[in-house]
Formats: sequence, structure tokens, C-alpha cells
Amino acid sequence: MIIQALAFYLFAAVLIAAAVLVVAARNPVHSVLFLILSFFSAAGLFVLIGAEFIAMILVIVYVGAVAVLFLFVVMMLDINFVELRAGFLQYLPIGGLIGLILLVELVLVVATWATAPEAGTLAAPQAKLGGLTNTEQIGTLIYTRYIYLFQAAGMVLLVAMIGAIVLTLRSRPGVRRQKISQQVARRVEDTVELKKVPTRSGV
Amino acid sequence: MFEIGLTHYLTLAAIIFTIGIFGIFLNRKNVIVILMSVELMLLAVNINLVAFSWALKDLVGQIFAMFVLTVAAAEAAIGLAILVVYFRNRGSIEVEDVNVMKG
Repeated sequence: MIIQALAFYLFAAVLIAAAVLVVAARNPVHSVLFLILSFFSAAGLFVLIGAEFIAMILVIVYVGAVAVLFLFVVMMLDINFVELRAGFLQYLPIGGLIGLILLVELVLVVATWATAPEAGTLAAPQAKLGGLTNTEQIGTLIYTRYIYLFQAAGMVLLVAMIGAIVLTLRSRPGVRRQKISQQVARRVEDTVELKKVPTRSGV
Repeated sequence: MFEIGLTHYLTLAAIIFTIGIFGIFLNRKNVIVILMSVELMLLAVNINLVAFSWALKDLVGQIFAMFVLTVAAAEAAIGLAILVVYFRNRGSIEVEDVNVMKG
């Protein structure tokens, strides 16, 4: 019990510190790296709570795909980040005020909140699935009861992929590239022919 | 103190969410950091969902967290694609210039 509590506090502290540094780091590359750290800590928290599948998905999807995408874009674009930080302190008071108000509200809600005693008994779709691991339980639910949600998630990803490709694709004029159809359709009559010209006789 | 309950997780999620909102206000000019702040907020939502799923012993929370994760990944891809196109056209990523796009 003590070890669990210590692990929770460790992961929570790392998560909060990394999140603060994501927001406050001077260099966006450092921000992305701290974002990766915060996702790792969140995955640790999820493992602690018994949601191994979500934790692994978080590591694979966020650290493996999203964070690398961010890193790629940050490094690819040639941006003067010093200029972007110009009005940093100007927005600090209003941002801090709004953040503080929101935090106080949320903590008030959390502190005065209680579950209805019968809530735990109402929801029991996996009650009969006892003895399975977390991943097996999620798989059993996803492929039966929530199959349409699963398909919708696939559709969302497909639309996002096509959208991103269509947005960033561009055809630049004046670029030489190989056109195989033209190469194959070329005939002998169109080609340049080299002739051996004997000297001092003309063509 | 050493009994980790739902309240601990909810408080943690509230703090992360607030840091995300704070980041949006703080980095008004830098779209990349704003997108990262949105990712942090979605992570806070996921922590809430998984914590409730654990407390109520109902797996639907985790399935919904997975769906939120999918949408977050799609959002990051589309957002960064828009960012790249915008940078290609304008040569900067300042948010304050974006109002040029209005019709």
C-alpha cells in the first residue's frame, strides 16, 4: 500500500513538473521532450490503476507517433522562436488569473464530491468477465458491444490521414522528375539520332 | 495520505487541465505550444475517464479513453498539417496573423 502511494506521488510529481515545463520551456524542442516525459508518467499512473492496455496505447500512440510528429514539425519549420516569445510576460497575469480561478473551482468540486453508493453496482458489463486480464476484457467489449465505436475510430483516423495528405501535398512547377509513361510511349521517330559524318564531305 | 483514492486522481487531472489552459494563455503566439497544451488537456480528460473506470469498476471509461486518444491523434495530425501549410504561405506561425484568413 505504501509502495503504491509512493509510486503515485512520484509519477504525479513528475507529470506535473513535466507539464509545467512543456508550457514554460524556452525551446519548443524541449517542450516536446517534456511532453513525452509527461505521457510516460501518465502511462505509469495508468499501470498503477490497473489499466495496462490504455497505458501501452498511450506510450505507443503518443510517444511513438504524436510526439515524434511534433518534433518533426518543430525541427522542420525554420522559425525564429525568440521572436515568438516576445509577448510572453504580457499574457502572464491574465493567464495566471484564469488558471487559478479554474483550478480553485475544480478542486472545490473534487473536494466536495461523493459517489452515489449504488453507482458501483449499476455498471457491470464486465462482471462476468472476471479472471481475464485488462486487455482481454477490453477486447471482449470492443469487438462485441462497442464495435461501431471502434469502426468510427478507424474512420476518424482515415479521414485525418487523407486530410493531412491533401493539405500538405503540393505540385511545384519546374521540377524535373521521371515520368515512366512518357518514357515507355517514346518512339524511335521522336528520338535524336546520331550520324557519323565523314570529314570534309558535308552532310 | 497513503490511501490513494479517486480524489487523488481527480485532483491530479484538474491540475494538468489547468496547466494546459494556462499554457494556451501564456503562449499566445506559438501555435505548436498551443497544440501541445491541448494534448495536455486531453491527457487530463483521459486520466479522469480511467480513474472513474477504476473506481466504478466499469470498463466503458477505458474504451472511451481510447476513443479520445484516437481523436487526439487525428487532431494533432490535422493541426500540424494546417500549421505546415500556413507556414509555407506566410513564413511565420504567429497566431495573430491568422485573421488574414477570414473571408
